[in-house]
Amino acid sequence: MNFLLMTVLVAFRVLGRNRMRSILTMLGIIIGVGAVIAMVSIGEGAKAAVQAQIASFGTNVITILPWATTTSGVRSGHGGAVTLTIGDMEELRKIPGVTDVGWARRDAMQIVHENKNWFTTVNGVTPGYLVIRGWSTVSGDFFTQADTETAAQGALIGQSVAENLFGPGEDPVGATIRLKNIPFKVVGKLIAKGYDTRGSDQDDVVFIPFSTAERKVMGTRFMGSIGAGFLSAETPEEMASIVDEVKRVLRQRHKLRPNQDDDFTVRNQLDTAKIQEGTSESMKLLLLAVASISLLVGGIGIMNILLVSVTERTREIGIRMAVGAKRRHILLQFLVEAVVLSALGGLIGVGVGVAGAKVASNIAGWPAIISGDILVIAFGFSALVGVFFGLYPANKASRLNPIEALRYE
Amino acid sequence: MSLIVCRDLVKTYHLGEMEVRALRGVSLTIEAGDCVAVMGASGSGKSTLMNILGCLDVPTSGTYALEGTDVSTLGGSRLAEIRNQKIGFVFQSFNLIPRTTARENVQLPLFYRGMPAGEQRVLAARALQRVGLADREHHHPSQLSGGQQQRVAIARALVTSPAIILADEPTGNLDSQASREIMDTLTQLNREGITIILVTHEADIARYAHRIIMMKDGVIQSDRPAGDMFGARPAPQEAGA
Repeated sequence: MNFLLMTVLVAFRVLGRNRMRSILTMLGIIIGVGAVIAMVSIGEGAKAAVQAQIASFGTNVITILPWATTTSGVRSGHGGAVTLTIGDMEELRKIPGVTDVGWARRDAMQIVHENKNWFTTVNGVTPGYLVIRGWSTVSGDFFTQADTETAAQGALIGQSVAENLFGPGEDPVGATIRLKNIPFKVVGKLIAKGYDTRGSDQDDVVFIPFSTAERKVMGTRFMGSIGAGFLSAETPEEMASIVDEVKRVLRQRHKLRPNQDDDFTVRNQLDTAKIQEGTSESMKLLLLAVASISLLVGGIGIMNILLVSVTERTREIGIRMAVGAKRRHILLQFLVEAVVLSALGGLIGVGVGVAGAKVASNIAGWPAIISGDILVIAFGFSALVGVFFGLYPANKASRLNPIEALRYE
Repeated sequence: MSLIVCRDLVKTYHLGEMEVRALRGVSLTIEAGDCVAVMGASGSGKSTLMNILGCLDVPTSGTYALEGTDVSTLGGSRLAEIRNQKIGFVFQSFNLIPRTTARENVQLPLFYRGMPAGEQRVLAARALQRVGLADREHHHPSQLSGGQQQRVAIARALVTSPAIILADEPTGNLDSQASREIMDTLTQLNREGITIILVTHEADIARYAHRIIMMKDGVIQSDRPAGDMFGARPAPQEAGA
């Protein structure tokens, strides 16, 4: 231990003598480790942001959309026909594992408050929908089941809508807004959710009771038809089986023959999450490849400079052997020099990487998540590179013949 | 028991196809406390003999017993230990490690013994004092004169209290004044009981020894007391003067 410690001290002094050379040698490792840490941190930040977006949709949400009806080969888009009804949803409520059921219809329209107006999406929703999608209010409250039954004229408005219809600091709760000239009382202002995974503003929204939308605002060709249905599962594990059950029940209720396509679409929130995970997995592999290449290049740099050093110091090696250094002493000395170079480079690289991640996240306005794990792994790996690439020069030094080494000019 | 007992040392090198017989059967006994000069022209085998006596090399055949231990068949690691414990080297070109202080150079053999750093420093300082360089502990070799560098090398050789100091042309790179000082230092150490083997081709240096061995073509040509060849030894000056 004492010997190893002294060897480390000697290594530091030797490297300190050729400071410029040592720094240039370390540069490869510094850049490699720094780049990995910066990229992984920014990548983790991006992943967390995406996960937050997915979570903002709600927890364990299953979405059901009425699919286009096929009429003599002509297919209309989602919501193009009345293939999904409140009756369907009430039936789906009976599936075990389903905690909440809600539905919605949407339409884009102009809304007016005093002298301001704004074009936005109005959703007629049930209270169950609000629960499933994880909405809550910052002021005021949701409309109630009773409001839904009486088709009350109450509205919940999103933050973006509030900003556009009301002045800064003005509480919209209690104010009256007009949709298609029908007055609605604002009962609550919603929390901010930000952008969804497809990049649209989730806060640019107005919610009114479903029945009000159906009877007073949007009108309908068929009472009880809905634009989209939502279910929430108790646990993520149950989601796949619930999806299967939903399909079975709906096919039965819609009297579809086995050779007919579904007239609806069921979306599982977990599938979206899985696609995102897949993307970040391939991103990780790419980073690993970049890291390996830069560490490889850095390692070769260390090996190169160490071979030069062995040649330069042949005589010194001869002297050390003459006064009693064994092969393993010489081996250890050069190995320690390699590891000091690579570990020091790794340490500086960690610093550079952390700083780089912070700077990049400031510029890009993107959060960077720096995990302790990656710092330790990157540093450990760089030290390992030193051992690996130091072994050849160190072995070469230790195999010198002392007589020839002493005579070396 | 004699310090060094060599029997029929043969050393053969292979240079490509050619076989070079550097030693062709050398037998020799050296008693503890002696001061022996090995002389001969270049190619006489004196350097090869020196390498074997210094345990830097092993003979092709023959035996070499150092303090009763046969070292002619030992492996590299054991030879390194023997060099560390029993042999001190003084080279023609000083062979100090550059950009390293005098004291650290002297500490080097102790370092490879695994001695605690504090003890190393005390012994190294004492050895430098013995060769008259107590005030040069922190100088680098480049800041010292040739004679001073060689005295640092002698301090490094004696810091381990070795059985033998092997000096290979110790004055080859020095002027006559410095040469005389180095030889006085060595003879002083010899008087204190350290066995010294000098390898030289200069008669002036050889006459400091008690016994002179002449080598030619890989064999000992003559082996006799120094007095027989040169008459009385020169009067030694004070060591480190």
